[in-house]
Amino acid sequence: MKISEMEREEYVLPGNTACQGCPSTVALRTVLKALEGNAVLVIPACCTSVYMGPFPHSAIGVPVFNTAFASAAATASGIKASFELQGKDTEVVVWAGDGGTYDIGLQALSGAAERGEDILFICYNNEMYSNTGIQRSGATPYGAWTTTTWKGKREHKKDVSELMLSHGIPYVATASVGYLRDLYEKVKRAREIRGFRYLEILAPCPPGWRFPMDKTIRMGKLAVESGMWILFESINGEFRFTGVSKSIAEGRRKMKSLEEYLLSQGRFSHLKPEDIAEIRKYVVKKWEKLARLEGEVDAAIAKFYV
Amino acid sequence: MYEVEILTGNETAAYAAMNSNVRVVAAYPITPATPVVETISKLVESGKMLAKFIRVESEHSAMAACIGASAAGSRAFTATSSHGLAYMHEMLHWATNARTPIVMAVANRAIGPGWNIWADLGDSLSQRDTGWMQFYCSNNQEIYDTIAMAYKLAENRKVLLPAMVCYDGFVLSHTAMPVELTEFGDFLHEYEPVWKLDAEKPFTHGNILPPEEFAELRHNVQKSHDRALKLMHKVEEEFYELYGRRTPLILEEYKVEDAEKVIVTMGAIGSEAKVAVDSLREKRVKAGLVRLRCFRPFPEKQLKELLEDKKIYVFDRAISPGSGGPLYQELKAALASTPIKRITPRIVGIGGIDVTKRTFERALFERKIWIKEVIS
Repeated sequence: MKISEMEREEYVLPGNTACQGCPSTVALRTVLKALEGNAVLVIPACCTSVYMGPFPHSAIGVPVFNTAFASAAATASGIKASFELQGKDTEVVVWAGDGGTYDIGLQALSGAAERGEDILFICYNNEMYSNTGIQRSGATPYGAWTTTTWKGKREHKKDVSELMLSHGIPYVATASVGYLRDLYEKVKRAREIRGFRYLEILAPCPPGWRFPMDKTIRMGKLAVESGMWILFESINGEFRFTGVSKSIAEGRRKMKSLEEYLLSQGRFSHLKPEDIAEIRKYVVKKWEKLARLEGEVDAAIAKFYV
Repeated sequence: MYEVEILTGNETAAYAAMNSNVRVVAAYPITPATPVVETISKLVESGKMLAKFIRVESEHSAMAACIGASAAGSRAFTATSSHGLAYMHEMLHWATNARTPIVMAVANRAIGPGWNIWADLGDSLSQRDTGWMQFYCSNNQEIYDTIAMAYKLAENRKVLLPAMVCYDGFVLSHTAMPVELTEFGDFLHEYEPVWKLDAEKPFTHGNILPPEEFAELRHNVQKSHDRALKLMHKVEEEFYELYGRRTPLILEEYKVEDAEKVIVTMGAIGSEAKVAVDSLREKRVKAGLVRLRCFRPFPEKQLKELLEDKKIYVFDRAISPGSGGPLYQELKAALASTPIKRITPRIVGIGGIDVTKRTFERALFERKIWIKEVIS
């Protein structure tokens, strides 16, 4: 689709208190345009709780309900139940960081997904606790410096989008602020589906990742081009790679070097060659794992229902 | 007009929620409150109760979902006990500041370790600073009536506070007695929120609140408690006129006027205390009873008026370690400015120890603060 066909109305207003180069504002702006403003946002503690601005002001043009860190998916479930009783078709959207998704929010997320709540859960993943000042999270990649991993994190990240695939929900997708049209289209598709939908957006954070603030979009692209972040979409169990990741998976495009992505960020500047080798191993395994998912449903039908 | 059924305290709470036109229930099972959840599930699935029942994965989520439902404009209900209530703690504060008038049944139970599933008011009393109104019951009819009255108060535009309706685990939660199942249609209409989440009218709720505005919000919560206390008699009267049952919301007094020694207590042991008062009177001891129904807001003025010249024995089925019985502390503070010579603390019934009429009789004449055995 063309940019000119995108919604004109703005729902994230200028003058908000986000850092310069913030990926979250860019992503949220795109998401709310795709929903054409017919949404209620449920926001647990995260950067957005701050940049929406202090009472009595607000930088967000749809209703926002702030909730406690661990409880976003549950709060959204309650709102949706009430809307269903009132016959309202408003999309209830959780807008959470990776802390409120991967770590403290995981139990409520898993519960709501298993119950099949009709909500759209969006994680903007900047791979750390940025609002409290750059601490490691379950989404922080191996080797990354944070203020709670001064010598670099010694564990790989977990992957909640994969976890959501195994919950068997009707829609799971990943996106990156490097590709906003792709994000817009994914939100549009998610909107057409009923049930629990999960969308995870890679959100490169200039102060947290230590790169210049005019490079946010560039970094979002580089993450995908280097294979560190994989774009995919799974609709009712049908998994497919999308965008640049699809080209890479089909061998039509060569991955950019991992070093180029890692070493353009201050958080990885201390990495030794063996650390990079460890990250490469993780990335390769990840690609292999996801590649097996493609066409899985057809293959399974062919195998078990001859 | 209504039917009488033999119901346990838990079943009673579920029927009260149904007849209060609750529209969203989010709950998680925990002993001894589990049967509330089971009964509601049955009522919803059989189509008798027109509500959405969200079978959440934890109590923290139960309260979060109730808050969401209430914020979106629906009357919400949940039930829990003990560890479940403790786990909700963060969201209890949230419900208060968010001004969501949720009502919750609490089957009071001790908090472990070691695992103890029996009656103890320590679970709800340790939530006393969360801003919830708290009512304590001593029979199942009272549970039934209080839930409806709690909604009436909670949703009043001068109040807008959540409320707990507490009753001793097993002693009431699992004991069946006759309950008049009044329909509350005339008393409680469909919930009409002052504000609700609506995509047509966007606003941001709960964002950063600078110090002065936050102090204003907290002051308003306090003023709402004061107003709730003033409204209680009106709510009682309205309820009485409609249904002919006088269910006091603030306190029940029994033979207090000419009494010298007055027992002050809350919850199920309040019924036993009444029996003890009669028994003591037969032995020519001028005993009386104040059974507190409402712990938050704390009815300081009413208690002062009643107890000014009495010898008071406070029976707490809870302990705030390092200080004493919560009711004792509060009452002592409330009566600090009156010439009270003696106000005596007693700790009874901890972890489900049975409290008999003999417990009260003996406690009035012994010096022991703690009673840790069943006195039969």
